[in-house]
Amino acid sequence: MTNNIIQLDDVSFSYEQSLALDHISLQIGEGEFWALIGPNGSGKSTLLNIILGILKPSSGTVKLFGDDMRSFKQRERIGYVSQKSNSFNSGFPATVLEVVRSGLTRKVGLFRSFTKKDEQRAMEVLRIVGMERFAKQNIGELSGGQQQRVFIARALAGKPDLLIMDEPTVGIDQQNVASFYTMLNRLNREHGIAIVLVTHEIDLVTELATHVACLNRTIHFHGVQSDYKKMDDDDISRWYGHPVRRVHHQMPEVQQ
Amino acid sequence: MISAILSYEFLQNAFLSGLIIGIIAPLLGLFIVVRRLALIADALSHVALAGIAGSLYLSQQVLFFSALNPVYLGIASAVGGSLLIEKLRGAYRHYEELAIPVILSAGIGLGAIFISLSKGFGSDLVGYLFGSVSAVSRQDLWVVIVIAIVVIAYIRFFYKELFIVSFDPDYAKVSGVNSKYIQMLFMIITALVIGASMRIVGILLVSSLMTIPVAAAIQLAKSFKGALIYSIVFGESAVLIGLISAYHLDIAPGGTIVITSILILLLVLAWKRIQNMRNARAVKEGIL
Repeated sequence: MTNNIIQLDDVSFSYEQSLALDHISLQIGEGEFWALIGPNGSGKSTLLNIILGILKPSSGTVKLFGDDMRSFKQRERIGYVSQKSNSFNSGFPATVLEVVRSGLTRKVGLFRSFTKKDEQRAMEVLRIVGMERFAKQNIGELSGGQQQRVFIARALAGKPDLLIMDEPTVGIDQQNVASFYTMLNRLNREHGIAIVLVTHEIDLVTELATHVACLNRTIHFHGVQSDYKKMDDDDISRWYGHPVRRVHHQMPEVQQ
Repeated sequence: MISAILSYEFLQNAFLSGLIIGIIAPLLGLFIVVRRLALIADALSHVALAGIAGSLYLSQQVLFFSALNPVYLGIASAVGGSLLIEKLRGAYRHYEELAIPVILSAGIGLGAIFISLSKGFGSDLVGYLFGSVSAVSRQDLWVVIVIAIVVIAYIRFFYKELFIVSFDPDYAKVSGVNSKYIQMLFMIITALVIGASMRIVGILLVSSLMTIPVAAAIQLAKSFKGALIYSIVFGESAVLIGLISAYHLDIAPGGTIVITSILILLLVLAWKRIQNMRNARAVKEGIL
């Protein structure tokens, strides 16, 4: 029996007139790897923003690590990775190490400076994502896939129990996507970090996730990966509103 | 030169103030540049102009103001302007940059009115516009020292937060860094640095001391810390060379400081270009 780290009860959300999320209930437990899939405009990012506390639900309740969202104070337990380089300026003068260390900002706390220990922690997470060789390089000199690994390291720096990712593979070359997902799988297995990943790539990620939720304004399916795989493509197409054919990938690097 | 500095108080005031603003202007300037707020510094310096011109006019009219250092009203109006910009940015959420020309023209407009009312440009005003070696008083120097302490403390205490808000504002928000109040303080600190620098480089050229050394620094630096160090080294060199030549040639230091910093920037750009050409040649020869 695992404890729920995210618990959504009957959550709805509207942007002005249009209903984006319709009575969503979902429980995500410790150490689970959830793929949140659904077509464009299905409310996936809205749901993440609610979990992150950026948007407030119009109705329903959200609990994180057992605490109500409104009184939740342990922000450092959640690591966040957005779409590739969404908001950062690639000419920014900063090294990979400086960027990763900035993931500790909140944990270190106001009025305090980073110490040698924080730098060591940054190096440690860079090793986890396989980027320690690039520590002294300028962040803008890296490829999209490498930058995304750095941003994962930044999210991991504060030792989160939960990693939330919004389409982290957008803008990454196809050949690097598989190794990227394999790395996530390893983080989940070896480090026990729960992952909630939004994507519209339904094939690769569902091979690696332990759980899958299909969202299109409302949750059409949620459950363990093996049940998802047993689903009919026609059912999934119906939820998506357009034909969907899944391709079953072999992921040889992943030890089951 | 050194014996002149040792024997004249006005030179001590000018050089000490210069050395201090050579540190704080590019230091804060780095954050201004990476956050793409360079024009805000310009807008605020023009609001400071309104305050200075207003104070100079009032000193002709009201006895109280004739005893008051115009720098105070200049700083106060820059701080007021910084808060107004934040308010306006909030009112025009989709056209945030509109706040800048509005405040900039308000500053020049008010400045023009006060200058006309006080019957044109006095030598005092020219000193404020382009800086002065001889007009920096002991009191001005103390103002600069106090502001420098505030600015350095702010950057020392909020370095982590400033870095993350500058590098990735969305991430800062998600990770629970309260950027709203850091931003508010940032604007006030910017106004203070403008207030501290205007006696030496002049209102019209303050923003260049905050941006040009940084422009040269980010050409060379790989890290943020490196960019900080380069910015200060370039800023300090520009101020020193600028002040010494202004003293010897008897011209406004604002001009010599800014032209020196532009020369530094050109040298850096040329050096960078030579480096790139060399690298390109090395790559080519490696292939051939």
